Amino acid sequence: MLQAATHNSDLPTLDSDFDVELRKVFKVFNGETAVRGVEFNIRRGEFFSILGPSGCGKTTTLRLVAGFETPSAGEVLIRGKSMTHVPPHRRPANTVFQNYALFDHMTVWNNIAFGLRIKRLGRSEVQQRVDEVLQLVKMETFANRYPKQLSGGQRQRVALARALVNRPAVLLLDEPLGALDLKLRKQMQVELSNLHQNLGLTFVMVTHDQEEALSLSDRIAVMKDGKIEQVGTPNEIYERPRTPFVADFIGDTNLFEGHLESTDGSSLLVRTHSGLKIVVSRTPEWSDRTHQTIVSVRPEKIHLHCAPPETSHNTFEGRLKHAMYLGTHVHCVVELVSGEMLTVRQATHLETLPEDGSPLYLSWSPSDCIALAARST
Amino acid sequence: MTETVRNDRSESPDTPPSPEELPPDMANPSAKPSISWQALFVGAMFAFMYLPIAVLAAYSFNESAYSANWEGFTLQWYERLLTDFRIFSALKNSLIVALTAVVVSAVLGTLMAVGLARYRFPGKKLYLGISYLPLIVPDIAIAVATLVFLAAVGFSLSLWTIVAAHIVFCLAYIAIVVSTRLADLDPNLEEAALDLGATPTQAFAQVLLPQLMPGIVSGCLLAFVLSMDDFLIASFTAGAGATTLPMEIFSRIRTGVKPDINALSAILIVVSGLLAFAAEYLRYRSETGNPK
Repeated sequence: MLQAATHNSDLPTLDSDFDVELRKVFKVFNGETAVRGVEFNIRRGEFFSILGPSGCGKTTTLRLVAGFETPSAGEVLIRGKSMTHVPPHRRPANTVFQNYALFDHMTVWNNIAFGLRIKRLGRSEVQQRVDEVLQLVKMETFANRYPKQLSGGQRQRVALARALVNRPAVLLLDEPLGALDLKLRKQMQVELSNLHQNLGLTFVMVTHDQEEALSLSDRIAVMKDGKIEQVGTPNEIYERPRTPFVADFIGDTNLFEGHLESTDGSSLLVRTHSGLKIVVSRTPEWSDRTHQTIVSVRPEKIHLHCAPPETSHNTFEGRLKHAMYLGTHVHCVVELVSGEMLTVRQATHLETLPEDGSPLYLSWSPSDCIALAARST
Repeated sequence: MTETVRNDRSESPDTPPSPEELPPDMANPSAKPSISWQALFVGAMFAFMYLPIAVLAAYSFNESAYSANWEGFTLQWYERLLTDFRIFSALKNSLIVALTAVVVSAVLGTLMAVGLARYRFPGKKLYLGISYLPLIVPDIAIAVATLVFLAAVGFSLSLWTIVAAHIVFCLAYIAIVVSTRLADLDPNLEEAALDLGATPTQAFAQVLLPQLMPGIVSGCLLAFVLSMDDFLIASFTAGAGATTLPMEIFSRIRTGVKPDINALSAILIVVSGLLAFAAEYLRYRSETGNPK
């Protein structure tokens, strides 16, 4: 995550040169709205992820960029040109499909050469470019195999090569690693990341795996119910979520529902429904019109103490329900006196784990939690 | 695996039992060489199904012209067939009907299967049901309906009216086989081709059609066999002189079964069997094995 954040700072912060632009795009299927007013701009060379639970409209959004769907309203631009009514075969974007959609009746080599042959390139150029991408994805020795003779990871590479050989302006990836097992997925994540850095190509990836999105992306758009909840760097999405959904969907968190009791220039005082008073640092996004609020505290930001700590803010008493030792850290569930269950992640330098049921004190700094507007229902 | 480890894990349900723990009859499958009742049952079923055909084939080599007793081996009935002008004329008619019906149905059936898979339109379920109805409706009903209809519109019967009637059921068979194949394909195949720059026509011709081919071919073989075999519909819709092979055979056995008909039947069974086998093999290879 740290690496992704520093990587991001290398990019120009304000660049009018966008590869993909979506302007208030809507898509309605048989009366059901799958995409509602999605807007984002993707910079040239960016690794952009669209993250969300299944059915949130993320794949439809990608298909709108690829051209398999036409927007019901709004506009799609690639490299500044309107693509709204351009069919997929005339768009400078290539897709890696979820199940790869390889052509089983052709060899790996012919699969990859397909796009170039359709464009009627000369034989020697086709040969050269296919060999080039085969090398890029380390599949030189498999050129004459058929897709059915390959493993999942190998098919994935062929699908990547088949898209990349066309040198598109944008590479679209629909859950590219979804069909692979965990170990292979980790390995392909590294390779995707290397590929992106070496090619300098714009990648747009759809995924429901938040860890994958955090580790690979320059920026992430979190979607829910056809709308964009937040667009930001992995660091922003994790540390400064804008909505309770984003806070809850990305990583683990503890949420407290409550209302704003008082506010001053630098901090907010929130009283939860169970009566806890939580002091939260004011963020630039905070709107003073918000009254009903949800406070989010990440498990790793909470400190555990055996005796009452000296800090004055956000100190609560509770009881340890149970602790799980996980090697690098201990995962604790603590029940507060007011009844809430909290998860706490502690580094394992704690010499002795307290016994289950023993009294504990929890504390966190006002700057380590965030107050979000509760969605008016 | 050391002795201690195995002892430690012998309670765990996912460790396979070591050989000495297996029940004796499982460890020694070849110990009892008796024939199981299942094998006997299967044998009886096969005898029930295929014994008549075997008898027929045997009599086609019988020297006796009046079928009952075995009087020695001969190939004369097969020889006589080869010089029988009427049989060849009927065979030619049957082939014209079957080939025309299959070719027309292959094109229409494939388009129908692809169209049904790709488009959503009001009344699609109803359309699906109606288009596969010829598979369920008894042949006699189709035969009578076609005859009545043709008479009502004043269309004179000929060989081509048989072709039209055969297209009705061939179309349904081919469409259903192609649909099954289509359902097994990756739904994004055509989109992948479009994405790589192919026009919709190129995507269909270069990607979808080659992948559907095993289904189309096996559907065609099936439809061909059914059309060659059809007596009922053909005899109702045939015009004067348009005699197909099954009609010719039927007209001859009215005056008693002669050995040359046995010979013809034996040939027909072998050829249909080979075609059906080829259809199944193609389907099997396209589903499991490697192409080529």
